[in-house]
Amino acid sequence: MVRVPKRLRLVGYRLLQAIPVLIGIVVVSFLLTRALPGDPAVYFAGPAASEESIEQIRVSMGLDRSLPVQFFAYVGDLLRGELGQSISTGQPVLTELTTRLPASLELTGFALLFSIAVAMPLGILAATRPNSWIDHLCRFVVTAGVSLPTFFTGLALVYLFYFLLGWSPAPMGRLDILYLSPPHVTGFYVIDALIDGDFETARAALAQLILPAVTLGLFTLAPIARMTRAAMLQVLEGDFIRTARAAGLSGHKVLYTYALRNAILPVITTLGMVFSFALGANVLVEKVFAWPGIGSYAVEALVVSDYAAVQGFVLSMALLFVILNLLIDVTYTLVDPRLGMED
Amino acid sequence: MSLSSVKNFARHARYVMTENPVTALAALLFLLIVIAAVAGPALVPYDPMATDGGRALQPPSWDHWFGTDHLGRDVFSRVVVATRLDLMISLAAVAIAFVIGSAMGAVAGYFGGWADRITGRLLDTIMAFPLFVLAMGVVAAAGNTIENIVYATAIINLPFYARMARAEVNIRRHAGFVQAARLSGNGDWRILAQHIFPNTLPPMMVQISLNMGWAILNAAGLSFIGLGVRPPTPEWGIMVAEGANFIVSGEWWLAFFPGVALMLAVFTFNLLGDGLRDLVDPQRRT
Repeated sequence: MVRVPKRLRLVGYRLLQAIPVLIGIVVVSFLLTRALPGDPAVYFAGPAASEESIEQIRVSMGLDRSLPVQFFAYVGDLLRGELGQSISTGQPVLTELTTRLPASLELTGFALLFSIAVAMPLGILAATRPNSWIDHLCRFVVTAGVSLPTFFTGLALVYLFYFLLGWSPAPMGRLDILYLSPPHVTGFYVIDALIDGDFETARAALAQLILPAVTLGLFTLAPIARMTRAAMLQVLEGDFIRTARAAGLSGHKVLYTYALRNAILPVITTLGMVFSFALGANVLVEKVFAWPGIGSYAVEALVVSDYAAVQGFVLSMALLFVILNLLIDVTYTLVDPRLGMED
Repeated sequence: MSLSSVKNFARHARYVMTENPVTALAALLFLLIVIAAVAGPALVPYDPMATDGGRALQPPSWDHWFGTDHLGRDVFSRVVVATRLDLMISLAAVAIAFVIGSAMGAVAGYFGGWADRITGRLLDTIMAFPLFVLAMGVVAAAGNTIENIVYATAIINLPFYARMARAEVNIRRHAGFVQAARLSGNGDWRILAQHIFPNTLPPMMVQISLNMGWAILNAAGLSFIGLGVRPPTPEWGIMVAEGANFIVSGEWWLAFFPGVALMLAVFTFNLLGDGLRDLVDPQRRT
């Protein structure tokens, strides 16, 4: 009965640790908004603005006040969910980001599922058969995976599966124009269509999703496979594995019950790095496949120098990353049987 | 290093090369890339900027090994000439990240205390962002120029060097040779700069090689989404971006060759890093 509170305390402690990081993110994001070369007011007013309108914008943006005052105003805006207006679309940035976020999450989630489903078995097989062909394959995949530019893999897949083979639909967004988007429940088209019972739309949405998700998945494959292999190799050398083998337990039981459970912990911790890569690569993949997520929103905003939109994007990505890291660490705390045992 | 240890190192290097042919291949590719970067503009058969509407979008042939793009420019010449710019951007970024990062990390690891805490917080804050996204934000804030691409790439590379330098300095802080140096009257800064820091260099070299590949990928990714390098300039990322529009109509060579060049460059630095690791630290092979 002592175990649960101890774990909860660890989880609580981990949540507290996120606070300085959050403060750091907000400070950096504030500095980025103020680090514009020249005068932000001139920038926001646009090229055709007069002196008065620039002055007006300066006052309305609060740029005439001191930096600390501006910082607290900025924090206040953030707490109210105020990320500013997008110049190009005229919509509040927060609305744009929240409507586009499910598309990005669907893509990233599916990509990670794919990459875990491929990388973990690959890593386990490589670790149990050192120097076999599968070990060499694993090593090759790991080195090639981190060397492939995501945007290039994406284009190569489009050429192969769309242009040459004709198996996949045109790389244009989440759903072919022949279909209506499913009623909004989760925002994930495949799941929404399934909930609606519309298998035809679900299949079409999945067909659009596969190529970008595989592209992104290939990029994140390498760290997961490498870590699984290394962790499994290390665990398999342990005394308790030798004991289990000597005691006559089946190879299957030793591998999956004893070794894998221990090896999974370092793999979970590397997922943080994997998310960092995945969220960054997401931007490139979304651009290649015209995927209407927050990454392509940011790219469009960058092209037209839509400043508030880009900053909102950077901030929300950082928050998303912090939340994901928290989830990983909490999972870790809950999964690791050794934590909370010693008192 | 005495003469015999240099000889030993050379023998070990030869052993690593012959034992792992992939490392030898990486060294060869590296040589090729350096030649292309140094002498590229002098070697190419066509002017990389010369347009010719009459020979637009031609597939690879004897005259144009990598075909021509939508403006009739020779893709081969552009790919080769781009090497210098791509390499310069990532080399500059990695150099800045290495100098500043390792200095920060060394000070934090040696003195500990407040220096360590402040550096640690700063690095945590950088690492709290998805790194490519942070680079996008920095370039967007500081202005869309090539220098800012370099700075942004340097910032996202910095934590790796700082953390490594901190760890490597920290474990040597109380080593015998450090105590000997202190007893012979050397000050803290002198010990750090002349006795401890040189010992951290071998693992740092491995990190530099591995990071070079990553820096090239990041810089090319930034120009792929339209940051930094402007269109007529030959650069791998932007050439892939221009070629992307022609993939769906089957003109694959526009994006394929710059993409392959980029991939090979990154692959080379990653393999070279693995080879260097074998050379420097045979125990850490995975």
